[in-house]
Amino acid sequence: MSATSSSIALLPLTARPLRCRNCGAERGPAPVAICELCLGPLDPVYDAGRALPDAETIRRRAPSLWRYKEWLPFDGDPVWSLDTGFTPLVEAPALARRLGVARVWVKNDTVSHPSLSFKDRVVAAAINAAAAFGLETIGCASTGNLANAVAAHAARAGLKAWIFIPEELEQGKIIGTSVYGARLVRVRGTYDDVNRLCAQVADHFGWGIVNVNLRGYYGEGSKTVAYEIAEQLGWRLPTAVVAPMAGGSLLTKLRKGFGEFLDAGLIHGQPPRLYGAQAAGCAPIVRLLERGGSALEPEVPRTICRSLAIGNPADGLFAARAMHETGGWGAAVSDAELVQGVRLLAEDVGVFGETAAGVTAAGALALARAGRLRADDEVVLCITGHGLKTLEAVLDAVPEAPVIAPRLRDLIPLVEERS
Amino acid sequence: MSVTVNLPSVLAAHTGGARTIQANGRTLGEAVADLAARYPTLAPRLRDDQGKPYPFVNFYLNDEDVRFRGGFAAPVQDGDEVTVIPAIAGG
Repeated sequence: MSATSSSIALLPLTARPLRCRNCGAERGPAPVAICELCLGPLDPVYDAGRALPDAETIRRRAPSLWRYKEWLPFDGDPVWSLDTGFTPLVEAPALARRLGVARVWVKNDTVSHPSLSFKDRVVAAAINAAAAFGLETIGCASTGNLANAVAAHAARAGLKAWIFIPEELEQGKIIGTSVYGARLVRVRGTYDDVNRLCAQVADHFGWGIVNVNLRGYYGEGSKTVAYEIAEQLGWRLPTAVVAPMAGGSLLTKLRKGFGEFLDAGLIHGQPPRLYGAQAAGCAPIVRLLERGGSALEPEVPRTICRSLAIGNPADGLFAARAMHETGGWGAAVSDAELVQGVRLLAEDVGVFGETAAGVTAAGALALARAGRLRADDEVVLCITGHGLKTLEAVLDAVPEAPVIAPRLRDLIPLVEERS
Repeated sequence: MSVTVNLPSVLAAHTGGARTIQANGRTLGEAVADLAARYPTLAPRLRDDQGKPYPFVNFYLNDEDVRFRGGFAAPVQDGDEVTVIPAIAGG
Protein backbone atom coordinates (compact mmCIF):
# COMPACT_ATOMS: atom_id res chain seq x y z
CA MET A 1 0.00 0.00 0.00
CA SER A 2 1.25 3.44 -0.84
CA ALA A 3 2.28 5.53 2.15
CA THR A 4 0.31 8.42 0.76
CA SER A 5 -2.97 6.59 0.27
CA SER A 6 -5.44 7.39 2.97
CA SER A 7 -9.19 7.43 3.21
CA ILE A 8 -9.02 10.47 5.51
CA ALA A 9 -7.96 13.71 3.88
CA LEU A 10 -6.47 15.92 6.60
CA LEU A 11 -6.85 19.65 6.28
CA PRO A 12 -3.68 21.57 7.15
CA LEU A 13 -3.69 22.95 10.68
CA THR A 14 -3.67 26.71 11.19
CA ALA A 15 -4.24 28.77 14.31
CA ARG A 16 -7.04 31.34 14.60
CA PRO A 17 -6.38 35.10 14.75
CA LEU A 18 -6.32 36.88 18.11
CA ARG A 19 -8.24 39.76 19.70
CA CYS A 20 -7.42 41.74 22.85
CA ARG A 21 -9.89 41.16 25.68
CA ASN A 22 -9.12 44.65 27.00
CA CYS A 23 -8.99 47.02 23.99
CA GLY A 24 -10.45 44.88 21.20
CA ALA A 25 -7.44 45.24 18.87
CA GLU A 26 -7.06 42.31 16.49
CA ARG A 27 -3.96 40.66 15.10
CA GLY A 28 -3.10 37.64 12.98
CA PRO A 29 -2.29 34.22 14.44
CA ALA A 30 1.02 34.26 16.33
CA PRO A 31 2.77 32.79 19.36
CA VAL A 32 1.95 35.98 21.24
CA ALA A 33 -0.40 36.28 24.21
CA ILE A 34 -0.18 40.00 24.99
CA CYS A 35 -1.73 42.89 23.06
CA GLU A 36 1.10 45.05 21.72
CA LEU A 37 -1.04 48.15 22.17
CA CYS A 38 -2.36 47.78 25.74
CA LEU A 39 -0.69 44.58 27.05
CA GLY A 40 -4.10 43.02 27.71
CA PRO A 41 -4.72 39.29 27.17
CA LEU A 42 -5.28 38.04 23.63
CA ASP A 43 -8.07 35.54 22.96
CA PRO A 44 -8.60 33.57 19.75
CA VAL A 45 -11.28 34.90 17.42
CA TYR A 46 -13.71 32.41 15.93
CA ASP A 47 -15.56 32.79 12.65
CA ALA A 48 -19.11 33.55 13.77
CA GLY A 49 -20.44 32.12 10.53
CA ARG A 50 -18.67 28.75 10.81
CA ALA A 51 -20.75 25.58 10.57
CA LEU A 52 -21.38 24.13 14.03
CA PRO A 53 -22.22 20.48 14.66
CA ASP A 54 -25.45 19.39 16.35
CA ALA A 55 -25.57 17.08 19.38
CA GLU A 56 -25.98 13.95 17.26
CA THR A 57 -22.93 14.77 15.13
CA ILE A 58 -20.83 15.38 18.23
CA ARG A 59 -22.07 12.15 19.83
CA ARG A 60 -20.81 10.12 16.85
CA ARG A 61 -17.29 11.55 17.08
CA ALA A 62 -14.30 9.96 18.86
CA PRO A 63 -14.32 10.32 22.67
CA SER A 64 -11.72 13.06 22.97
CA LEU A 65 -11.83 16.81 23.45
CA TRP A 66 -11.46 17.21 19.67
CA ARG A 67 -15.13 16.22 19.31
CA TYR A 68 -15.67 19.93 20.06
CA LYS A 69 -13.05 21.11 17.57
CA GLU A 70 -15.29 23.87 16.18
CA TRP A 71 -14.87 25.62 19.56
CA LEU A 72 -11.09 25.13 19.68
CA PRO A 73 -8.82 27.80 18.20
CA PHE A 74 -7.76 26.14 14.96
CA ASP A 75 -8.80 25.59 11.39
CA GLY A 76 -8.00 22.25 9.83
CA ASP A 77 -7.23 19.07 11.71
CA PRO A 78 -5.20 18.79 14.94
CA VAL A 79 -1.99 16.82 14.56
CA TRP A 80 -1.01 15.93 18.12
CA SER A 81 -2.64 14.80 21.39
CA LEU A 82 -5.67 13.46 19.59
CA ASP A 83 -6.72 11.19 22.47
CA THR A 84 -6.93 13.70 25.32
CA GLY A 85 -10.21 14.54 27.05
CA PHE A 86 -13.65 13.02 27.51
CA THR A 87 -12.96 11.91 31.07
CA PRO A 88 -15.73 10.26 33.13
CA LEU A 89 -18.48 12.19 34.88
CA VAL A 90 -19.14 10.11 37.99
CA GLU A 91 -22.32 10.46 40.04
CA ALA A 92 -21.60 10.69 43.76
CA PRO A 93 -24.77 10.10 45.85
CA ALA A 94 -22.90 9.78 49.17
CA LEU A 95 -21.27 13.15 48.56
CA ALA A 96 -24.67 14.62 47.63
CA ARG A 97 -26.04 13.49 51.02
CA ARG A 98 -23.01 14.95 52.78
CA LEU A 99 -23.47 18.30 51.00
CA GLY A 100 -27.26 18.27 51.45
CA VAL A 101 -27.97 18.78 47.74
CA ALA A 102 -30.08 16.87 45.21
CA ARG A 103 -27.28 15.37 43.12
CA VAL A 104 -23.50 15.57 42.81
CA TRP A 105 -21.17 14.47 40.03
CA VAL A 106 -17.40 14.42 39.96
CA LYS A 107 -15.76 15.43 36.67
CA ASN A 108 -12.93 13.00 37.00
CA ASP A 109 -9.84 14.44 35.37
CA THR A 110 -7.65 12.31 37.67
CA VAL A 111 -7.78 9.84 34.77
CA SER A 112 -7.05 12.43 32.10
CA HIS A 113 -4.84 11.08 29.34
CA PRO A 114 -1.86 10.98 29.19
CA SER A 115 -0.64 12.72 32.38
CA LEU A 116 -3.50 12.37 34.89
CA SER A 117 -4.58 15.98 35.26
CA PHE A 118 -6.80 18.49 33.46
CA LYS A 119 -3.65 20.21 32.23
CA ASP A 120 -3.63 17.63 29.41
CA ARG A 121 -6.51 19.64 27.94
CA VAL A 122 -4.69 22.95 27.75
CA VAL A 123 -1.49 21.31 26.53
CA ALA A 124 -3.42 19.47 23.80
CA ALA A 125 -4.48 22.91 22.55
CA ALA A 126 -1.06 24.53 23.07
CA ILE A 127 0.95 21.81 21.36
CA ASN A 128 -1.22 22.09 18.27
CA ALA A 129 -0.63 25.84 18.32
CA ALA A 130 3.09 25.05 18.48
CA ALA A 131 2.63 22.78 15.46
CA ALA A 132 0.74 25.47 13.57
CA PHE A 133 3.59 27.93 14.22
CA GLY A 134 6.35 25.40 13.49
CA LEU A 135 7.87 25.69 16.98
CA GLU A 136 10.29 22.90 17.89
CA THR A 137 10.65 23.66 21.60
CA ILE A 138 7.83 24.10 24.09
CA GLY A 139 7.92 24.79 27.79
CA CYS A 140 6.04 26.09 30.80
CA ALA A 141 6.14 27.54 34.27
CA SER A 142 4.38 25.03 36.44
CA THR A 143 3.31 24.04 39.93
CA GLY A 144 3.56 20.41 38.79
CA ASN A 145 0.58 19.17 36.80
CA LEU A 146 1.35 21.34 33.80
CA ALA A 147 4.99 20.21 33.97
CA ASN A 148 3.85 16.58 33.77
CA ALA A 149 1.51 17.37 30.86
CA VAL A 150 3.99 19.40 28.80
CA ALA A 151 6.68 16.73 29.28
CA ALA A 152 4.36 13.89 28.26
CA HIS A 153 2.78 15.62 25.26
CA ALA A 154 6.16 16.91 24.03
CA ALA A 155 7.64 13.40 24.26
CA ARG A 156 4.82 12.00 22.15
CA ALA A 157 5.18 14.76 19.58
CA GLY A 158 8.97 14.55 19.47
CA LEU A 159 9.40 18.16 20.59
CA LYS A 160 12.00 19.50 22.99
CA ALA A 161 10.61 20.62 26.33
CA TRP A 162 12.08 23.12 28.80
CA ILE A 163 10.12 23.04 32.02
CA PHE A 164 10.47 25.36 35.01
CA ILE A 165 9.10 24.54 38.47
CA PRO A 166 9.60 25.86 41.99
CA GLU A 167 12.45 24.08 43.76
CA GLU A 168 10.16 22.58 46.39
CA LEU A 169 7.61 20.29 44.74
CA GLU A 170 6.25 16.81 45.42
CA GLN A 171 8.38 13.92 44.22
CA GLY A 172 5.62 12.62 41.95
CA LYS A 173 5.47 15.92 40.14
CA ILE A 174 9.25 16.07 39.67
CA ILE A 175 9.79 12.47 38.58
CA GLY A 176 6.55 12.55 36.62
CA THR A 177 8.18 15.26 34.51
CA SER A 178 11.82 14.24 34.19
CA VAL A 179 10.93 10.64 33.28
CA TYR A 180 9.81 11.86 29.84
CA GLY A 181 13.25 13.25 29.06
CA ALA A 182 12.21 16.87 29.46
CA ARG A 183 14.77 19.51 30.41
CA LEU A 184 13.50 20.20 33.90
CA VAL A 185 14.79 23.21 35.84
CA ARG A 186 14.03 23.76 39.53
CA VAL A 187 14.03 27.44 40.38
CA ARG A 188 14.70 28.79 43.87
CA GLY A 189 11.54 30.62 44.90
CA THR A 190 7.78 30.35 44.53
CA TYR A 191 5.74 29.65 41.42
CA ASP A 192 5.41 33.40 40.95
CA ASP A 193 9.20 33.70 40.71
CA VAL A 194 9.23 30.86 38.18
CA ASN A 195 6.48 32.53 36.19
CA ARG A 196 8.35 35.82 36.04
CA LEU A 197 11.42 34.00 34.75
CA CYS A 198 9.34 32.22 32.10
CA ALA A 199 7.94 35.50 30.79
CA GLN A 200 11.57 36.47 30.14
CA VAL A 201 12.42 33.00 28.78
CA ALA A 202 9.66 33.25 26.15
CA ASP A 203 10.88 36.73 25.23
CA HIS A 204 14.54 35.69 25.02
CA PHE A 205 14.49 32.25 23.38
CA GLY A 206 11.32 32.42 21.28
CA TRP A 207 10.18 29.01 22.53
CA GLY A 208 6.51 28.17 22.83
CA ILE A 209 6.00 28.61 26.53
CA VAL A 210 2.49 27.19 26.71
CA ASN A 211 1.19 29.40 29.52
CA VAL A 212 3.08 32.52 28.46
CA ASN A 213 3.25 33.25 24.73
CA LEU A 214 0.90 30.39 23.67
CA ARG A 215 -1.51 31.23 26.49
CA GLY A 216 -4.36 32.50 24.30
CA TYR A 217 -4.58 29.13 22.53
CA TYR A 218 -3.66 27.05 25.59
CA GLY A 219 -6.46 28.44 27.75
CA GLU A 220 -9.16 27.45 25.28
CA GLY A 221 -8.49 23.77 26.08
CA SER A 222 -10.06 24.30 29.52
CA LYS A 223 -13.45 25.06 27.94
CA THR A 224 -13.77 21.40 27.04
CA VAL A 225 -14.46 20.59 30.72
CA ALA A 226 -17.70 22.57 30.39
CA TYR A 227 -18.64 20.99 27.04
CA GLU A 228 -18.10 17.48 28.42
CA ILE A 229 -20.11 18.19 31.58
CA ALA A 230 -23.04 19.43 29.46
CA GLU A 231 -22.92 16.47 27.07
CA GLN A 232 -22.40 13.85 29.78
CA LEU A 233 -25.37 15.19 31.77
CA GLY A 234 -27.48 14.55 28.65
CA TRP A 235 -27.13 17.98 27.02
CA ARG A 236 -28.18 19.97 30.04
CA LEU A 237 -26.61 22.15 32.70
CA PRO A 238 -25.86 21.58 36.36
CA THR A 239 -27.02 24.37 38.70
CA ALA A 240 -23.59 24.80 40.31
CA VAL A 241 -19.97 23.92 39.53
CA VAL A 242 -17.15 23.92 42.09
CA ALA A 243 -13.59 24.13 40.73
CA PRO A 244 -10.14 24.72 42.19
CA MET A 245 -8.37 28.01 41.47
CA ALA A 246 -4.65 28.58 40.96
CA GLY A 247 -4.25 31.15 38.17
CA GLY A 248 -8.05 31.37 37.94
CA SER A 249 -8.25 30.52 34.24
CA LEU A 250 -10.38 27.38 34.63
CA LEU A 251 -13.26 29.36 36.20
CA THR A 252 -13.29 31.86 33.34
CA LYS A 253 -13.12 29.11 30.72
CA LEU A 254 -15.92 27.10 32.36
CA ARG A 255 -18.07 30.19 32.06
CA LYS A 256 -17.07 30.72 28.44
CA GLY A 257 -17.62 27.05 27.57
CA PHE A 258 -21.12 26.84 29.05
CA GLY A 259 -21.93 30.17 27.38
CA GLU A 260 -20.80 28.96 23.96
CA PHE A 261 -22.94 25.81 24.17
CA LEU A 262 -25.92 27.93 25.23
CA ASP A 263 -25.28 30.27 22.29
CA ALA A 264 -25.08 27.30 19.93
CA GLY A 265 -28.46 26.05 21.16
CA LEU A 266 -26.96 22.71 22.26
CA ILE A 267 -28.18 23.29 25.82
CA HIS A 268 -30.77 25.60 27.36
CA GLY A 269 -31.45 27.24 30.69
CA GLN A 270 -29.58 29.19 33.30
CA PRO A 271 -25.75 29.05 33.32
CA PRO A 272 -24.50 27.33 36.47
CA ARG A 273 -23.32 29.29 39.48
CA LEU A 274 -19.54 29.04 39.52
CA TYR A 275 -17.73 28.47 42.80
CA GLY A 276 -13.95 28.60 43.19
CA ALA A 277 -11.90 26.95 45.93
CA GLN A 278 -8.42 27.81 47.17
CA ALA A 279 -6.21 26.80 50.07
CA ALA A 280 -6.40 29.38 52.87
CA GLY A 281 -2.60 29.64 52.74
CA CYS A 282 -2.85 31.01 49.20
CA ALA A 283 -6.29 32.49 48.51
CA PRO A 284 -5.77 35.81 46.71
CA ILE A 285 -8.79 35.27 44.42
CA VAL A 286 -11.21 34.32 47.21
CA ARG A 287 -10.02 37.34 49.20
CA LEU A 288 -10.46 39.65 46.20
CA LEU A 289 -14.02 38.35 45.80
CA GLU A 290 -14.76 38.85 49.50
CA ARG A 291 -13.18 42.30 49.57
CA GLY A 292 -14.70 43.51 46.30
CA GLY A 293 -13.07 45.97 43.92
CA SER A 294 -10.60 45.15 41.20
CA ALA A 295 -7.18 45.25 42.87
CA LEU A 296 -5.82 41.79 43.47
CA GLU A 297 -3.37 41.66 46.35
CA PRO A 298 -0.65 39.06 45.72
CA GLU A 299 0.25 36.63 48.48
CA VAL A 300 3.28 34.56 49.38
CA PRO A 301 1.88 30.99 49.32
CA ARG A 302 1.97 28.97 52.53
CA THR A 303 0.11 25.72 51.91
CA ILE A 304 0.78 22.05 51.22
CA CYS A 305 -1.43 22.44 48.16
CA ARG A 306 1.44 23.29 45.86
CA SER A 307 -0.57 22.81 42.68
CA LEU A 308 -2.72 25.83 43.62
CA ALA A 309 0.10 27.88 45.15
CA ILE A 310 -0.01 30.86 42.81
CA GLY A 311 0.16 34.06 44.83
CA ASN A 312 -0.18 36.38 41.85
CA PRO A 313 -2.85 34.75 39.65
CA ALA A 314 -3.03 36.19 36.12
CA ASP A 315 -6.76 35.53 35.78
CA GLY A 316 -7.61 36.39 39.40
CA LEU A 317 -9.78 39.38 38.56
CA PHE A 318 -11.55 37.58 35.70
CA ALA A 319 -12.20 34.54 37.93
CA ALA A 320 -13.60 36.72 40.73
CA ARG A 321 -15.94 38.32 38.19
CA ALA A 322 -17.02 34.90 36.88
CA MET A 323 -17.98 33.79 40.40
CA HIS A 324 -19.69 37.07 41.27
CA GLU A 325 -21.61 37.48 38.01
CA THR A 326 -22.91 33.90 37.89
CA GLY A 327 -24.18 34.08 41.47
CA GLY A 328 -21.48 31.81 42.83
CA TRP A 329 -18.88 32.42 45.52
CA GLY A 330 -15.48 31.31 46.76
CA ALA A 331 -14.15 29.17 49.60
CA ALA A 332 -10.74 29.02 51.27
CA VAL A 333 -9.93 25.88 53.27
CA SER A 334 -7.14 24.98 55.68
CA ASP A 335 -4.49 22.38 54.93
CA ALA A 336 -6.11 20.03 57.49
CA GLU A 337 -9.47 20.45 55.75
CA LEU A 338 -8.01 19.76 52.32
CA VAL A 339 -6.41 16.53 53.54
CA GLN A 340 -9.83 15.52 54.89
CA GLY A 341 -11.24 16.52 51.50
CA VAL A 342 -8.90 14.10 49.72
CA ARG A 343 -10.04 11.32 52.05
CA LEU A 344 -13.76 11.98 51.77
CA LEU A 345 -13.53 12.07 47.98
CA ALA A 346 -11.74 8.72 48.05
CA GLU A 347 -14.14 7.18 50.58
CA ASP A 348 -17.39 8.66 49.22
CA VAL A 349 -16.70 8.54 45.49
CA GLY A 350 -13.80 6.14 44.97
CA VAL A 351 -11.73 8.87 43.35
CA PHE A 352 -8.21 9.56 44.62
CA GLY A 353 -7.46 13.18 43.87
CA GLU A 354 -4.41 15.29 44.57
CA THR A 355 -4.29 18.20 47.00
CA ALA A 356 -6.26 20.50 44.67
CA ALA A 357 -9.04 17.88 44.64
CA GLY A 358 -9.02 17.99 48.43
CA VAL A 359 -9.38 21.77 48.26
CA THR A 360 -12.33 21.40 45.89
CA ALA A 361 -14.11 18.78 48.01
CA ALA A 362 -13.45 20.66 51.26
CA GLY A 363 -14.45 23.90 49.54
CA ALA A 364 -17.78 22.37 48.48
CA LEU A 365 -18.38 21.27 52.09
CA ALA A 366 -17.54 24.76 53.37
CA LEU A 367 -19.92 26.33 50.82
CA ALA A 368 -22.68 23.90 51.82
CA ARG A 369 -22.19 24.71 55.50
CA ALA A 370 -22.31 28.42 54.71
CA GLY A 371 -25.68 27.93 52.99
CA ARG A 372 -24.33 28.71 49.53
CA LEU A 373 -25.61 25.42 48.07
CA ARG A 374 -29.34 24.64 47.93
CA ALA A 375 -31.25 21.42 48.60
CA ASP A 376 -32.36 21.21 44.95
CA ASP A 377 -28.90 21.92 43.55
CA GLU A 378 -27.25 19.65 41.00
CA VAL A 379 -23.55 20.18 41.58
CA VAL A 380 -20.47 19.19 39.58
CA LEU A 381 -17.07 19.11 41.29
CA CYS A 382 -14.10 19.52 38.95
CA ILE A 383 -11.48 17.09 40.23
CA THR A 384 -8.41 18.06 38.31
CA GLY A 385 -5.47 15.81 39.21
CA HIS A 386 -4.55 12.34 40.47
CA GLY A 387 -3.70 11.65 44.12
CA LEU A 388 -0.67 9.52 43.34
CA LYS A 389 1.07 12.76 42.37
CA THR A 390 0.89 14.19 45.89
CA LEU A 391 1.26 11.19 48.21
CA GLU A 392 3.25 13.29 50.67
CA ALA A 393 0.12 15.27 51.59
CA VAL A 394 -1.83 12.26 52.85
CA LEU A 395 1.01 10.09 54.13
CA ASP A 396 0.16 10.76 57.78
CA ALA A 397 -3.60 10.93 57.30
CA VAL A 398 -4.33 7.39 56.16
CA PRO A 399 -4.59 4.45 58.58
CA GLU A 400 -1.54 2.25 58.87
CA ALA A 401 -2.04 -1.28 57.56
CA PRO A 402 -1.37 -4.08 60.07
CA VAL A 403 1.33 -6.61 59.20
CA ILE A 404 0.61 -10.29 59.91
CA ALA A 405 2.14 -13.70 59.28
CA PRO A 406 0.53 -15.64 56.41
CA ARG A 407 -1.67 -17.56 58.85
CA LEU A 408 -5.42 -17.56 59.18
CA ARG A 409 -5.17 -17.60 62.98
CA ASP A 410 -3.37 -14.25 62.83
CA LEU A 411 -6.05 -12.79 60.58
CA ILE A 412 -9.20 -13.94 62.43
CA PRO A 413 -8.77 -11.71 65.50
CA LEU A 414 -7.97 -8.79 63.22
CA VAL A 415 -11.19 -9.27 61.24
CA GLU A 416 -13.21 -9.63 64.46
CA GLU A 417 -11.65 -6.46 65.85
CA ARG A 418 -12.17 -4.41 62.69
CA SER A 419 -15.61 -5.62 61.55
CA MET B 1 19.42 57.37 42.58
CA SER B 2 20.05 55.66 39.26
CA VAL B 3 18.35 52.33 38.64
CA THR B 4 18.43 49.92 35.70
CA VAL B 5 15.02 49.18 34.19
CA ASN B 6 14.50 45.99 32.13
CA LEU B 7 11.60 46.14 29.70
CA PRO B 8 9.82 43.28 27.88
CA SER B 9 10.21 43.25 24.09
CA VAL B 10 6.57 44.30 23.67
CA LEU B 11 7.44 47.68 25.21
CA ALA B 12 10.71 48.21 23.33
CA ALA B 13 8.80 49.80 20.44
CA HIS B 14 8.26 52.80 22.73
CA THR B 15 11.93 53.25 23.61
CA GLY B 16 13.50 53.11 20.16
CA GLY B 17 14.25 49.42 20.67
CA ALA B 18 16.06 49.75 24.00
CA ARG B 19 15.29 46.97 26.48
CA THR B 20 17.56 48.16 29.29
CA ILE B 21 17.33 51.78 30.37
CA GLN B 22 18.69 53.87 33.25
CA ALA B 23 16.15 55.89 35.25
CA ASN B 24 16.48 58.30 38.16
CA GLY B 25 14.40 58.77 41.30
CA ARG B 26 14.23 58.18 45.05
CA THR B 27 11.27 55.82 44.72
CA LEU B 28 10.07 53.41 42.06
CA GLY B 29 7.29 55.89 41.25
CA GLU B 30 9.84 58.66 40.62
CA ALA B 31 11.95 56.39 38.43
CA VAL B 32 8.83 55.49 36.42
CA ALA B 33 7.93 59.19 36.16
CA ASP B 34 11.42 59.85 34.79
CA LEU B 35 10.89 57.19 32.10
CA ALA B 36 7.39 58.50 31.37
CA ALA B 37 8.76 62.00 30.74
CA ARG B 38 11.43 60.71 28.36
CA TYR B 39 9.25 58.17 26.51
CA PRO B 40 5.72 59.62 26.24
CA THR B 41 4.16 56.58 24.51
CA LEU B 42 5.65 54.25 27.13
CA ALA B 43 4.05 56.28 29.93
CA PRO B 44 0.44 54.96 29.68
CA ARG B 45 1.78 51.41 29.59
CA LEU B 46 3.51 51.88 32.95
CA ARG B 47 1.03 54.12 34.83
CA ASP B 48 -2.75 54.43 34.70
CA ASP B 49 -4.77 57.69 34.67
CA GLN B 50 -4.41 58.04 38.44
CA GLY B 51 -0.65 57.54 38.32
CA LYS B 52 -0.92 54.02 39.79
CA PRO B 53 0.90 51.01 38.29
CA TYR B 54 -0.75 50.03 34.99
CA PRO B 55 -2.75 46.86 35.71
CA PHE B 56 -1.38 44.81 32.78
CA VAL B 57 2.23 45.03 33.95
CA ASN B 58 3.94 43.96 37.15
CA PHE B 59 7.01 45.68 38.55
CA TYR B 60 9.79 43.80 40.31
CA LEU B 61 12.46 45.51 42.37
CA ASN B 62 15.53 43.27 42.57
CA ASP B 63 13.38 40.17 41.96
CA GLU B 64 10.64 41.11 44.45
CA ASP B 65 7.08 42.02 43.42
CA VAL B 66 6.84 45.71 44.38
CA ARG B 67 3.32 45.20 45.70
CA PHE B 68 5.03 43.63 48.72
CA ARG B 69 7.19 46.77 49.07
CA GLY B 70 4.58 49.53 48.87
CA GLY B 71 4.22 49.71 45.10
CA PHE B 72 5.42 52.96 43.52
CA ALA B 73 6.27 54.28 47.01
CA ALA B 74 9.02 51.65 47.35
CA PRO B 75 12.37 53.42 47.89
CA VAL B 76 15.13 52.58 45.43
CA GLN B 77 18.93 52.60 45.82
CA ASP B 78 21.68 53.30 43.35
CA GLY B 79 22.26 50.19 41.26
CA ASP B 80 18.85 48.64 41.94
CA GLU B 81 17.31 46.65 39.13
CA VAL B 82 13.67 47.16 38.14
CA THR B 83 12.05 44.58 35.87
CA VAL B 84 8.75 45.15 34.09
CA ILE B 85 6.86 41.99 33.15
CA PRO B 86 3.49 41.73 31.37
CA ALA B 87 0.95 40.68 34.01
CA ILE B 88 -0.97 38.16 31.91
CA ALA B 89 1.10 34.98 32.11
CA GLY B 90 1.06 31.67 33.86
CA GLY B 91 -1.48 29.52 35.63
